[in-house]
Amino acid sequence: MARDLKQYLRPGVTLSFCPGCGDRILLRLILRAIDELKIDIDDMLFVSGIGCAAWIPSPYFNADTLHTLHGRAIAFATGAKMFNPKLKTMVISGDGDLADIGGNHLIHAARRNIDLTVICANNMNYAMTGGQVCSTTPQGAFTQTTPQGNPYRPIDLCKLVQAAGATYVARYSVTQRFALINSVERALQTRGFSFIEALTPCPVQFGRRNQLGAPADMLKSLVGKCVMKEDAENLSSEELKGKIITGEFSDGCG
Amino acid sequence: MAWRKVKSILPAGSYYFSGNEAITEGAVAARCGYYAGYPITPATEILETISVRFRETGAVSIQMEDEIASICSCIGASWAGAKAMTATSGPGFSLMQEGIGYAVMTETPVVIVDAQRAGPSTGQATRVGSGDIMQARWGTHGAMPIIALSPWSVQELYDQTINAFNLTEKYRVPVFLMAEEATAHLRERIDIAGEIKLFDREKKPGVAAFGTEESDGVPPMPIFGEREKLLVTGSTHDAYGIRKTDDPLTQEKLIGRLNNKIVNKREEIIEYEEYHLKDADIAIVCYGFTARSSLFSVERLREEGKKVGMLRLKTLWPFADRVISNVGSRVNRIFVPEMNMGQVVGEVVKYTSCEVVPYNQVNGEVIQPNTITEHLRRLL
Repeated sequence: MARDLKQYLRPGVTLSFCPGCGDRILLRLILRAIDELKIDIDDMLFVSGIGCAAWIPSPYFNADTLHTLHGRAIAFATGAKMFNPKLKTMVISGDGDLADIGGNHLIHAARRNIDLTVICANNMNYAMTGGQVCSTTPQGAFTQTTPQGNPYRPIDLCKLVQAAGATYVARYSVTQRFALINSVERALQTRGFSFIEALTPCPVQFGRRNQLGAPADMLKSLVGKCVMKEDAENLSSEELKGKIITGEFSDGCG
Repeated sequence: MAWRKVKSILPAGSYYFSGNEAITEGAVAARCGYYAGYPITPATEILETISVRFRETGAVSIQMEDEIASICSCIGASWAGAKAMTATSGPGFSLMQEGIGYAVMTETPVVIVDAQRAGPSTGQATRVGSGDIMQARWGTHGAMPIIALSPWSVQELYDQTINAFNLTEKYRVPVFLMAEEATAHLRERIDIAGEIKLFDREKKPGVAAFGTEESDGVPPMPIFGEREKLLVTGSTHDAYGIRKTDDPLTQEKLIGRLNNKIVNKREEIIEYEEYHLKDADIAIVCYGFTARSSLFSVERLREEGKKVGMLRLKTLWPFADRVISNVGSRVNRIFVPEMNMGQVVGEVVKYTSCEVVPYNQVNGEVIQPNTITEHLRRLL
């Protein structure tokens, strides 16, 4: 069934994501979840930081949007939500924004279990500034600032946020479309802090430097890498090498 | 009209408050709806007393994880409709600078109290200084005019906190209350009136939130949750908030208006007090706690028949350029005592041709009246 998702887009703006960018898919999946839940988008507030994914709500969503400082989206969202709890508040931003420069706010919002939905588009690098290493870049991966390969291990954002006390924590790839839509719906229905790490391919800045091929190849490789949490339980550590475990890690019951 | 009269929350009468308590009561009286802060000497008591008082009044207060989060959450709350405030001291004020620039660019009302202490860096946390005057004006990158007030007493910390809320709501610009450790921790009797005047931001549904016909206008400010589909961004934007990040005309127009809306209105914003200036040969130009010592000294020298006067700047930014220029044309010398290495003195020099003599004390102690008297005697 075709859905009229255009009604949620701000008239007059054209999407300006790079060819093959997963953020464009993520934008659509988030709107699908909002449409599915029949939420009035005018009851929502979208807050974002700085970076490619921060553009998903601002300027594209035809709703109240707050495009903030690099790393601080959650802090801005906290103020708006605390003062007016009726605002259904969703933060959409990238991994560099939410996890690196804004990591402290992420931890403390999860600890407070404040009623926000945070969607972190993880493309494993700083894309808007030209493809630098970030805290989610896989060890060994090539970026503009790790010409010899990233010497550091990536952070597991879901484990971090879960440990900090979030109510709902999940990780899905934009290739797991229906699971991700369902997850956004569950996050929106969660009372308390909900967090989704959405894996999204960045062919232009990340894929190019790591010989990951054309956009379609990157999507295919994500499909191959993602393993559902339940299936992963039956796999050996050898079989799990290079895989990304997806699924719900905290189920909304706290 | 956006002005309204309201009853004071505290019954009218005399109270014995510390400066920080007076700031809290000023925020309560001004109907501050949201406070976010982080503990820091010598501003901590504001966070502590607000945590208690806001529970009683039903306003929202939160201790954030740092000063960056404090200012950012205040801006978020302001767009959600709150009169918002944060308070800090030097190190926290430095951390807030990026958020302050965001508030300037998005024209977000927010009151920022800076209980100044001896710096730089950690410096002397419990001792006094006034080293943040220039930081208030120029601290954020691409600095634009803001409003900064300089109270000299506990009474004024109360009154000027209310005034700061009115100014920030009226001009949609961050307003700084440049308190000092000496006034923040001072205990004095203050009088609270039964009725106060408050300015509430103007809201006009459907009207552009970031542009006016006039090149120095303040647009009405809508809030989230009222179906306005707001686009708020720190990037250069047009009247409707649409990002225009490579259009020179939009940048020029926006920055011009952000500048003019304060600079062109400075006569109605600026407040000052004159003491014994009519026949004075020497004028002290001072602000904050130093003005207390200065006045004491001026009155003592007047008793001896010395022609000394004083100009107290209640508003530091926008700077009282015309007032200074006028005083400078009437006296032979201007003496500027400051608890920093010379910040306001440079502005005084800019706007007058008479001799300007600075006095800078940065030992973490207030400037004593005797010190000022001694220096004035040498100049007379």
